Amino acid sequence: MIRDHFRVLRVDLSSGQKIVTDLDGRNRVAGGSGLAAMLFEKYGALDRPWNDPGQPLIFAIGPLTGYFPLMSKTVCAFKSPYHDQYAESHGGGRSALSLRFADYDALVITGRAAVPSALIVGSRWLEVRDIHYLWGTDLQVAGKVLRRMFPGAGHRTILRIGPAGERQSPMACITADTYRHFGRLGGGAVMGAKNLKAIMIHGDGSFALPEGREYVKVFEKVHADLTATDMMSKYHNLGTPVNVAGLNAIQALPVRNLQATTDPAAAGITGERFAEVALLRNAACAGCPVGCIHIGFVRERFQEENRYLYRQISYDYELLFAVGSMLGVMDCFEVLKLIDVAEKMGLDVVSPGVALAWATEALSRGIVTEKETIVPLAFGNSIAYQGALQHLALGTNEFYQLLSRGTMKAAERYGGADFACVLGQEMAGYATGPTFFVSQALGLRHSHLDAGGYAYDQKPKGKSVEEAVNFLVKDEKERVLLTSLVACLFARGVYNAEVLGNCLKSLGYLRLADNMDAVAGDIQRLRWRMRIGTGFRPEEVSIPKRFSEVTTVQGPVDRQSIEALKAAYAQAIIGLAEESRGESSER
Amino acid sequence: MKILTAPRMERCIGCHACSLACARLVHKRLSWDTAGIRIRSSGGLSTGFEARTCLACDPAPCVRACPTGAYSQRKGGGVVVRKKLCIRCGECARACPVDAIYLDVGGEPYVCIHCGRCVSYCPHDCLEYRQSSTAAADRANETPGLGEGEE
Repeated sequence: MIRDHFRVLRVDLSSGQKIVTDLDGRNRVAGGSGLAAMLFEKYGALDRPWNDPGQPLIFAIGPLTGYFPLMSKTVCAFKSPYHDQYAESHGGGRSALSLRFADYDALVITGRAAVPSALIVGSRWLEVRDIHYLWGTDLQVAGKVLRRMFPGAGHRTILRIGPAGERQSPMACITADTYRHFGRLGGGAVMGAKNLKAIMIHGDGSFALPEGREYVKVFEKVHADLTATDMMSKYHNLGTPVNVAGLNAIQALPVRNLQATTDPAAAGITGERFAEVALLRNAACAGCPVGCIHIGFVRERFQEENRYLYRQISYDYELLFAVGSMLGVMDCFEVLKLIDVAEKMGLDVVSPGVALAWATEALSRGIVTEKETIVPLAFGNSIAYQGALQHLALGTNEFYQLLSRGTMKAAERYGGADFACVLGQEMAGYATGPTFFVSQALGLRHSHLDAGGYAYDQKPKGKSVEEAVNFLVKDEKERVLLTSLVACLFARGVYNAEVLGNCLKSLGYLRLADNMDAVAGDIQRLRWRMRIGTGFRPEEVSIPKRFSEVTTVQGPVDRQSIEALKAAYAQAIIGLAEESRGESSER
Repeated sequence: MKILTAPRMERCIGCHACSLACARLVHKRLSWDTAGIRIRSSGGLSTGFEARTCLACDPAPCVRACPTGAYSQRKGGGVVVRKKLCIRCGECARACPVDAIYLDVGGEPYVCIHCGRCVSYCPHDCLEYRQSSTAAADRANETPGLGEGEE
């Protein structure tokens, strides 16, 4: 619903208290990323640990959610078990539209349920239900039972965790509607710590549209831009996996724990190869006609007499890099099997893939032995990696318990930090050069989507440190506006400032439309204040040696340029947080 | 007369663009419920999607069930609904054999008016707006029956 304030549902699982609250701030923080940071400041505690029951788990949408195409993402915010600092993770599926039609701008969950529970939210339904019998189930089983338990097929989202989340692994994700995820920084563990196996949001509300023709006119224009031009064809056609061949060609594909940045064998896992042999069909987040979700299949022979079962598994570039090229697994179906194991366990795929790449090199160097790894990790040995992913999810021994807390945690104990591919968290799949390395290492989400450092690296050389920092700060600000409204960042080419302004005006958000740049700056600074307030020290971030040992499209990476950029960007981030502190005290 | 059909739902990706378009353009709502076509998954996303929409019956059971004359038979199949005459009793929805009529919280019925405005929003061409006689013949061909070897 269109409103000049926020309607927030707060649920405390300890006391059972449920409160609907109206909060001001629409013209200051818009929604999404901005709203999540505002809610964390209000309901979270900067100095208490991530698993303190009082800490909030936040899901927030924005003013344009559901009203325009590709405004289809939800921002999840929490204090992360990975680094015990403020974190955001973004997901799609039907989560955003379900929250919209349940008529909430945000959901804030605090406390810890006495028994494993499900939270059920609708426009006329609010309940916490004991589902202790689903604790311990993998995500496939849990999904089937949960779908049967609740009405609303097609018009609801079911967010759930697997065994990794229950164990509170910092690599546990929250799965949304089978094929989408709030993947990184351990949102699944936060649900686990709250004894919350699932959240079902039934989008059963319906709202009047603004009077007049303006809204429909603006919608038509945006829809035409998004579907009639080739701007989105990358995502519609091969999907993000198109990047495998492209990055491999420019020596930017991380291969075998970043020991290389290109390999002809990557031809076995390109988007083209997947489309040829393993692509089964596509799917979409609700409200997105692009349909970038690519679903492949694996079949498994379970009896000698040619008896098979099959499973459908979604794949994206980041996954193909993490459990494909990074592990030297260069076969489509073997990669899908690895994704499948992680999916069932409720593990993020990217961090575990990169962590196991490190473990493989550590084993080959004798830093760890098979006593630790249990299985004979070796690049290309997908069967060993299937076992290792399960060990990682379940924390079978001390080694896997440490590794699931992050590669650096394991490296601190066993050694091998130099070749840990960690940039704040396990790297994303872009070995493009110093700007990306610094951008992810210092980025608020430690994501390639924080700012376009990977694209900046691919531009011609001759850029100064100052130019690069200005680019990162400006690009982050633009992205933060999009994730506050909340757009899928794949649509950023269409949703420029003019289009966003028209969208907001057509819904009556006139002040927001007139102040977008200032609001984006406020949100950017507020998020950094939350991050730094929870302990982030950008000036202390180190970028492992491996990143300066690679050769990229721009040639060998120069250590000095990494360090210079890192120092300057860290100062810029500290400056943003301090400005926000000043603004806060003025209010 | 033309009617809306959904002959290629195997292609559906679940974007809900058709429902949202119907609600937006026909019913002036933001909704995926208060629409003449609604998409649901058929037992989880891995099993694909189905469309809940009017099959353009003639005679239509909902017309017969309506106690006030709000529903009348549309030429070529389907119904014409005059909401001013509707008393929100819900008999139309109960009479529909394919669950094509949605009742909102207040009992107001939403059913496809066979205007075809949703068709162009489908990115995978699942929907088709065509002459009713052709549509009926095609639908008969699509109806799954027992094939050889099945019992």
